[in-house]
Amino acid sequence: MDLTEKQIERYSRHILLQDVGVEGQERIAGGRVLVIGAGGLGAPALLYLAAAGVGTLGVIDGDTVDLSNLQRQVIHFTEDVGRAKVASAREKIERINPDVQVITHQEFFTADNALDIIRDYDFVVDGTDSFPVKFLINDACVMARKPFSHGGILRFEGQTFTWTPGHACYRCLFGGPPPANAVPTCSQAGVLGAIAGMLGTIQAAETLKFLTGVGELLTDRLLTFNAKSMNFKTVSVRHRDGCPVCGARPTITELVESEQAACELKPRRP
Amino acid sequence: MGKIIVNDALQELSALLGLLELIALNRVLQPDMVSVQLNGEFVAREDFASTQIVDGDVVDFLYFMGGGAYGLD
Repeated sequence: MDLTEKQIERYSRHILLQDVGVEGQERIAGGRVLVIGAGGLGAPALLYLAAAGVGTLGVIDGDTVDLSNLQRQVIHFTEDVGRAKVASAREKIERINPDVQVITHQEFFTADNALDIIRDYDFVVDGTDSFPVKFLINDACVMARKPFSHGGILRFEGQTFTWTPGHACYRCLFGGPPPANAVPTCSQAGVLGAIAGMLGTIQAAETLKFLTGVGELLTDRLLTFNAKSMNFKTVSVRHRDGCPVCGARPTITELVESEQAACELKPRRP
Repeated sequence: MGKIIVNDALQELSALLGLLELIALNRVLQPDMVSVQLNGEFVAREDFASTQIVDGDVVDFLYFMGGGAYGLD
């Protein structure tokens, strides 16, 4: 894929980077990335990936834009309230960068459609907010050997790691979704909007590193940060031989959706 | 009795204790949701009760984090 003069100008600050150059930018342009969830994490990830010139950006989300989303889901504007999130996201991506081919999937990511959808992409960004779906993304990507970026945020904290085949997966770290009765307090949790931007932007950076081959990915390391102290740390994590999906004798061999955690329930009223 | 590192911070222990006691001591909000690495190895949840903490141990508590949108709909 040869870059045009306009593209060389548009992406000049990438191309100036010795590690990236024209060749790296061409890899970005040839990249196919799926962002699951056009929400708090997906919004900044999509904006940066679009600006970076990722050739094909897939967006899957079955939701519509709600007024309470706008505090952090920066790809959606006030006038988008009520619109499908994928339609709102597509419009902004195309306005930022007409080089990007946008593929929208106006549905939720489920055990039934997971493998079919991720098949066409090189890299997957988890921007979802439910634990069962996070495990589903993990399992589908591990089974399809599809590299992905995990991201989670809560209150003032965020965590992320990148998976590529052979490295620690989400189940190596956490086993399975938290028991439903452990979750109620997160129904009042909330999150500082900018935290979503920080985390989603880190995920976009990992995606661009993956596409260009630059640097070391966040594999076998869980990056966590707390915005109250602005302390960032990485914890080394290891692949578990006994992991139910990527271990020596996997017990999860087909995709199933675990029960919806209590996070999905409405807050309890007194 | 010993010094251990919990999530990068030094903690001094006055007595030998089990992992569940350490979780309680550190006021982990939702013990059912924490994942524990002890000296770089994951501790299976069913082994929490039988795991002892000893001098020099390095413990990392890892927490579940979702998307942060809970309950705001």
